[in-house]
Amino acid sequence: MAIEVRIPTILRSYTGGAKVVEGSGDTLNDLLTDLDSRHAGLRGRLVTEADALHRFVNVYVNDEDVRFLGALDAKLNDGDSVTILPAVAGGAFGFAAAAAMAQHVAAAPADGRTRVTAS
Amino acid sequence: MLSIDRSIVDAIVAHARRDHPDEACGVVAGPVGSDTPTRHIPMENAARSMTFYEFDSMEHLRVWREMDDRDEEPVVIYHSHTATEAYPSRTDISFAGEPGAHYLLVSTREPDTEEIRSFRIVDGVVTEEPVRILDAGVDPHAVQSYMFGQSPATVDYECSGR
Repeated sequence: MAIEVRIPTILRSYTGGAKVVEGSGDTLNDLLTDLDSRHAGLRGRLVTEADALHRFVNVYVNDEDVRFLGALDAKLNDGDSVTILPAVAGGAFGFAAAAAMAQHVAAAPADGRTRVTAS
Repeated sequence: MLSIDRSIVDAIVAHARRDHPDEACGVVAGPVGSDTPTRHIPMENAARSMTFYEFDSMEHLRVWREMDDRDEEPVVIYHSHTATEAYPSRTDISFAGEPGAHYLLVSTREPDTEEIRSFRIVDGVVTEEPVRILDAGVDPHAVQSYMFGQSPATVDYECSGR
């Protein structure tokens, strides 16, 4: 058995239009590396250069947000279902604030456990 | 062009007024491929902020799964700006991840009038589009539109072109 991964519309250009793909891996990090070997570029849309989960996506294992499961270190088992959704967020927040937030994300620890929350 | 029922617009405006001065956010789902918003789903603003909104991640998953089960998609994604114009901010643009959705913005900065505008946001490019408000309860052919926060007046309206 493999791990089923649900791909949002905006990332289906990497999967040949497929809504669901399969992959394998013991952790989310391994799974994304495995997927990237067949769907080149997908990982880069989900993981920052600092090896943290990108601020603009939500990733779930079964019914849990992976940010509460160790982010990229989240453990996976055969038969798990992984869902990727583009985060829905925004607001009247100005450009300077958005840029500061992007820097904050880039500076986040490599384990990705830090979740940026705006207040 | 976004065509949307007046009752849904009224419900969105009521949600935005209710949460003012915090930003309000939500979705209007519709059958896949129909481009017709039919089911209004007010969402919680997990950021509870006057300048930022964010769907709660668990509510987001639940609502998106429900749409999937019902063969629906997010036709409209809306949020309010409570002190500024109804135009996408840099933050809105950098987050916009549903290329098929109409991004509807409501400004509640004026207490008596609402500014309601709709945009497509694809690959960081913002394109304003006209909003056609359908008065289904009165006459399906009667069309009124909002423009820049004024009262509904015209039959169709051109967008500002910016």
